Amino acid sequence: MLNFLGKRLLQLIPTLFFVSVLIFSLQHLLPGDPALVMAGEERDPAVIAKIREQYRLDQPIPVQYASWVKGVLSGDLGESLRIKVPVLDLIKQKLPVTFQLASMAILIALLIGIPSGIVSAVKKGTAWDWAANLFALWGISTPNFWLGIMLIFLFSIELGWLPASGYVPLTENWRASLASTIMPAFVLGNAIAAILMRHTRSAMLQVLQSDYVRTARAKGLSERAVILKHAMRNALTPVITLGALELGTLLSGAVLTEQIFSVPGFGKLIVDAVFNRDYAVVQGVVLVTATIYISLNLIADIAYILVNPRLRA
Amino acid sequence: MTDAALPLLSGTAPDELEGPARRALRRLMARKGAVAGCVVIAAFVVMALAAPFIAPYDPVATSWTLVRKAPSALHWFGTDDLGRDILSRVIYGARASLVAGAISVGIALGIGVPLGLLAGYRGGFIDALISRIADAMLACPFLILAIALAAFLGPSLGNAMIAIGISTTPIFVRLTRGQTMSVKVEDYVEAARAMGNPRWRIALFHILPNIMPALLVQATLSIASAIIAEAALSFLGLGQQPPAPSWGSMLNAAQRFLTNAPWMALWPGLAIFLVVLSLNLVGDGLRDALDPRQR
Repeated sequence: MLNFLGKRLLQLIPTLFFVSVLIFSLQHLLPGDPALVMAGEERDPAVIAKIREQYRLDQPIPVQYASWVKGVLSGDLGESLRIKVPVLDLIKQKLPVTFQLASMAILIALLIGIPSGIVSAVKKGTAWDWAANLFALWGISTPNFWLGIMLIFLFSIELGWLPASGYVPLTENWRASLASTIMPAFVLGNAIAAILMRHTRSAMLQVLQSDYVRTARAKGLSERAVILKHAMRNALTPVITLGALELGTLLSGAVLTEQIFSVPGFGKLIVDAVFNRDYAVVQGVVLVTATIYISLNLIADIAYILVNPRLRA
Repeated sequence: MTDAALPLLSGTAPDELEGPARRALRRLMARKGAVAGCVVIAAFVVMALAAPFIAPYDPVATSWTLVRKAPSALHWFGTDDLGRDILSRVIYGARASLVAGAISVGIALGIGVPLGLLAGYRGGFIDALISRIADAMLACPFLILAIALAAFLGPSLGNAMIAIGISTTPIFVRLTRGQTMSVKVEDYVEAARAMGNPRWRIALFHILPNIMPALLVQATLSIASAIIAEAALSFLGLGQQPPAPSWGSMLNAAQRFLTNAPWMALWPGLAIFLVVLSLNLVGDGLRDALDPRQR
């Protein structure tokens, strides 16, 4: 176990190094002089000189990279060129909003994806199985920004049940907060529910054919006990860890969902930064996203080993 | 074939008589979902190619007297906020989506497959280097990386395709590497090596053809993701630029007029959904048809 952990952590070092190179390189994709492009319509030489100084653009590229990494390691992700606020502070402000949305989305995905996957596997070949598979196909094929627009049309414009946009913090008014986030959370959770359903179905089908399930049935246990106590527990272990890896889908989805529902979270931050040509914020958001993703991957790996006794030795 | 050979072959299963490509095609055609997917994709391809002949109106022609008109006999899908015919824009929009899907996956295949072959076949330091770079790219969620790349490259359909292609590349690096590693220990690869074939020849002519089925399945599913990504980038203003039609940018415009003109959002979204659903159906069908475990 410790050996595995050590190897896994060692592997992270080169990955993190390449992530940093990738994100640093983004600013060098800018066509022409990066300082001029970053300044946008601002032609004040003092502003351009400040950008050059902030990014050390007059220094050789390895020096620029070293200084950027040094800043990142000490928690300095730069400053927003538009609103003159440290990027890290902006991210800290927006992250809890996306965290609430993501948590609700995961809950929705688990509540829909796992039961439908189990039913689909247990009732393989029946109308239930067809319906669950159709749902999964619908979930992975529907662009979430279109689903969001259609839900706004139905529940906000036609029925008037839910607010079309905006965000109320949970601490301010929990009812209003849930009302403002339930639609975007459903949109986000829908695609992940479909993926979870497919994983659960295939894991359950595999487990249901195993010897210990056959033994449990031979012992005379009820089908309910066989499925809930024996099959499900083993089938869900890989599903939960695979589900953790869907965080990328969640964060990608949050970008568009937050834009459509005007939720002031992490996703909207990157889109606004793109429109404002606030490249430091774009880099900061990508870096934080990648770090969260890598950390959760690691936690998922460790959790998988912890819950699987055969891998612990 | 001689008459004497017939009795011997009469007991042979059809699977053993036909080639792998034919067998896969037969299996694919036996799946109703995959066949329906193929038909819908073919219809969209024809629609995109024949757009100038089948579109009833000029997709960029505006008319102030036709602003946001509901669907009618003259304008089947209605008109948009600038009086443009939505049906014509959906038809022309298929071009941007399908081209973006095909080209960005082409870019990902063009970079990812050679790198994956190199990593899987050579192993050692080169493998570790390529794999860690792929891991680093996979650590950045697909759409976020594509948005960041498109933002830095500048908004245009071409740059969106490059951004989506680069973001899709690590998937093909990983897949090709994994497949190469499992195929390179097969006897026929050993035999090719023993015959003195150079490494590049073994990789290109002995390994690549055998990992094609897995690549084909992934490519089909990746085109579906790329079409959604192109629509997403165009929706955000980072893809196809106005007034050229694109399903994503049509949805962006539609969002502002949901109360008065919901049809503006319905049709482009439905078009994306249908194409992506069809590609997913074909991808799933291909996986079942090409997976040796299904035999």
